[in-house]
Amino acid sequence: MPAHDEKQLHALTAALTWNGFRQFLPISAFVVLFGLAFGLAATQTELGADTSLLMSALVFAGASQFAALDLWGTQIPLVPLALTVFAINARHLLMGATLYPWLSTLPPAKRYGVMLVASDANWAMSMQAFGAGKPGLGLLLGGGLALWLAWLLGTWLGIYFGSAIDDPVSFGLDMVMGCFLLAMVVGGQKNLRILIIWAVAALASLLAYWYLPSNSHVVVGAVAGGLLGALWMEKKA
Amino acid sequence: MMMETAGSGALIVVVVMAVVTLVTRWGGVFVMSFVPINARTENFISAMSGSVLVALLAPLALEGDTGTRLALLATAIIMLLVRKPLAAIAAGILVAALVRHLA
Repeated sequence: MPAHDEKQLHALTAALTWNGFRQFLPISAFVVLFGLAFGLAATQTELGADTSLLMSALVFAGASQFAALDLWGTQIPLVPLALTVFAINARHLLMGATLYPWLSTLPPAKRYGVMLVASDANWAMSMQAFGAGKPGLGLLLGGGLALWLAWLLGTWLGIYFGSAIDDPVSFGLDMVMGCFLLAMVVGGQKNLRILIIWAVAALASLLAYWYLPSNSHVVVGAVAGGLLGALWMEKKA
Repeated sequence: MMMETAGSGALIVVVVMAVVTLVTRWGGVFVMSFVPINARTENFISAMSGSVLVALLAPLALEGDTGTRLALLATAIIMLLVRKPLAAIAAGILVAALVRHLA
């Protein structure tokens, strides 16, 4: 029964959320380490402990937080900072758009509430679940909560115990997200159409990376891939 | 506009970052509520979802240091061989750490 299946895909129950939370515990262990790297770097940049923790709790977007540290000083240029954060996090706009078909059935408060914890890893995993015909919103919410707690815990550990690890990059901790996202790409559905779309996305991203303002490459590459997908539509079986 | 990071200045900076990030988390969903969902927008969305990740990873794979590149390679190989994300990620991090310590 297709109607029944549709309903299953949109489902967001406590059980599905808890299941998503548990499924993200292993990757959250890695995220703790990544957060630790942030807490350490923030302390070395002389952010106060309160500021660092508040940033991790409210912003919850690692790459943009590291970028903020680069701009941090006794004074900070607010507009360039806001633009940098927007450019780095603009991929969330695309994630929200891709989730919309499933989020649209939720009442607005839930719909926007779930998006509070949307980030790369739980978004990627929920899209993979939808692609495989499984419910994904529990992964998005439960996984997001697990990642948020891990990010906060890691930041806290980094502030108070980070000096035990003097160089997180030398331990490969900066690769946690990159490797996770690549694993999602490789593990996803593949056919010739998708591979060509990805090749175009990669090429557009690289061209933007080399020739356009910094941090524009994700959006440029993703939109290029999306446009090709809209022009060259998948044949329905 | 320069903002002092002493005192409440840091708090304002964090709030600005949080609001900008929240706009990105909510904006895509909000805009889509005005876009009619048909076969073409569905194809756009599904093609874009994989493309986000590819676009994120492409410069990393091409312009990253040797540790980064070999880490991604290890992740891809393990993922293709055993299809277990955690094993693939662990292998990637391990390779990055090893390459950077030996280099």
